[in-house]
Amino acid sequence: MRQLLAGKTAPILIVLLAIGLFWYAAAIWMNAPWQTTLNQRAGLDSVGATEFIGQTWSQDKPVLPAPHQVAGEIWNATVGTDIASKRSLAYHASITLSATLLGFALGTLLGIGLAVVIVHNDASERSLMPWIIASQTIPILAIAPMVVVGLGAVGVTGLLPKALISMYLSFFPVVVGMVKGLRTPEAIQLDLMHTYSATPWQVFSKLRWPAAIPFLFASMKVGIAISLIGAVVGELSNNAGGGLGVRLLTGSYNGQTIQIWAALFIAAGLAAVLVIAVGAAERLVNRAMGARP
Amino acid sequence: MTELAPSSQDAMAVVRAQNLGLTFPTNDGDVIALSDVNLTINKGEFVSFIGPSGCGKTTFLRTIADLEQPTSGTLTVNGTTPSDARLNRAYGYVFQAPALYPWRTIAQNVALPLEIMGLSDKAERIARTLELVNLTGFENKYPWQLSGGMQQRASIARALSFDADLLLMDEPFGALDEIVRDHLNSELLKLWARTRKTIAFVTHSIPEAVYLSTKIVVMSPRPGRVTDIIESDLPAERPLDIRETPEFLRLAARVRDGLRAGHSYEE
Ligand SMILES: Nc1ncnc2c1ncn2[C@@H]1O[C@H](COP(=O)(O)OP(=O)(O)OP(=O)(O)O)[C@@H](O)[C@H]1O
Ligand SMILES: [Mg+2]
Repeated sequence: MRQLLAGKTAPILIVLLAIGLFWYAAAIWMNAPWQTTLNQRAGLDSVGATEFIGQTWSQDKPVLPAPHQVAGEIWNATVGTDIASKRSLAYHASITLSATLLGFALGTLLGIGLAVVIVHNDASERSLMPWIIASQTIPILAIAPMVVVGLGAVGVTGLLPKALISMYLSFFPVVVGMVKGLRTPEAIQLDLMHTYSATPWQVFSKLRWPAAIPFLFASMKVGIAISLIGAVVGELSNNAGGGLGVRLLTGSYNGQTIQIWAALFIAAGLAAVLVIAVGAAERLVNRAMGARP
Repeated sequence: MTELAPSSQDAMAVVRAQNLGLTFPTNDGDVIALSDVNLTINKGEFVSFIGPSGCGKTTFLRTIADLEQPTSGTLTVNGTTPSDARLNRAYGYVFQAPALYPWRTIAQNVALPLEIMGLSDKAERIARTLELVNLTGFENKYPWQLSGGMQQRASIARALSFDADLLLMDEPFGALDEIVRDHLNSELLKLWARTRKTIAFVTHSIPEAVYLSTKIVVMSPRPGRVTDIIESDLPAERPLDIRETPEFLRLAARVRDGLRAGHSYEE
């Protein structure tokens, strides 16, 4: 027991358990009014406490679905459903995932490109940085429909519009991180390059770029998570293409709270997996670059 | 390249400073880092620069290396401007800190100038220079796996790897303990004897300056200038215990006097 507590597993389990208990309790409390109405309509007067609690945890469209209902829905809609079917959450998740990854790749490239320009040219920092910052102050919810609908009008639909929204969100942390990263080399390291009469490209490829790699990964961890948000928000504006965002939207139209929660959890799980994947790539690169373990 | 026929005197001069001055403009007024420096470093000499902190030793070395621009006087390196000398890869520079790139192994760090200059026979050069500084066997280690002294030796190997005839060293052993320092000093002397390079060496230590040099340049601050140039008459062969001989102590006393005369340690 003591060993368990000393590790990571036990504290996490305890927190999970607490959240679960709180959730079940909240489900009783939030679903009770509607359950009472239902029981009155059905003419059931004397429902025992245990039975009543059971009822609040098994409604069709509960205000707050109980954890096991969400878990059941996730299971049914992934493992229990053909992956090619439009009812499969795995199918929708894969649509969101491809938009996320494409947008993330584009955003990272754009971010790196802008950072390189900014670091090599002082004037471009003064002219570009305000616009880059301003771009992030505009609510994405306002921009997403314009992009999706606008591009749809000229015949661009499917993955690309959503990916563009992901890119719009994810390039920002990459620019900020890489501008800092490309500037980390110390004066003495740059002087060394000068004594070799190195070309600007050599200074970039042999000094600035490798020095910036840790900053790149830190930015990419933020970038990949908000890429997913961008893709989901993009899907909210166009329910033809499918994706987790569409599941959220149809779920809320139809009051299918269980479906909403299931889609939410899949999205959160996806984000976690993506961040972990970037972290794994980071460790691999670190090892190749001789970082202290 | 078109070079004017140098006079016999110039042919020997690797570095020649005439009335050299350098002033840094700063927010609270100008800082005179060098003023009226006249100095010639001849081929094959081992010249030490000694003087209190802030007297312009680093600045002088950086000016030779074309890392700072003089504001008055003239400075030639191998008979050309410092900028041309740099483009000709005339010198290797050892900074006060090792300045190794942490993502490169020791061998890769030594290979850095070779890659940049596009030199061939990298493997042979790396092996040879690492042997010169006693680091054979550490090729695949990363800098953090080495002690401070080993890192500094690796940075010396890096400066040697492309065979420049002039070596500029800014307090390379400043951060090391006395034992390691003694060892590296005698290694450096052997290396100098073997390769016949011209070395400009900055130090704070009187014994180090006297032990290593054929010529000792004493500098003083406010503003940075040369107060004494001492030619050493010690024999070329220098075991460590030469430091107890009367000749050595006499030279050391003269350097100390030179430092005092510059009012360097008075307030
Ligand atoms: N980039 C710079 N801008 C302004 N002042 C400078 C700059 N570099 C050096 N100085 C000034 O020039 C003077 C000489 O500095 P320098 O680094 O050459 O001294 P130093 O003899 O190497 O000292 P130390 O023994 O402490 O290394 C100092 O007063 C310093 O403050
Ligand atoms: Mg200095």
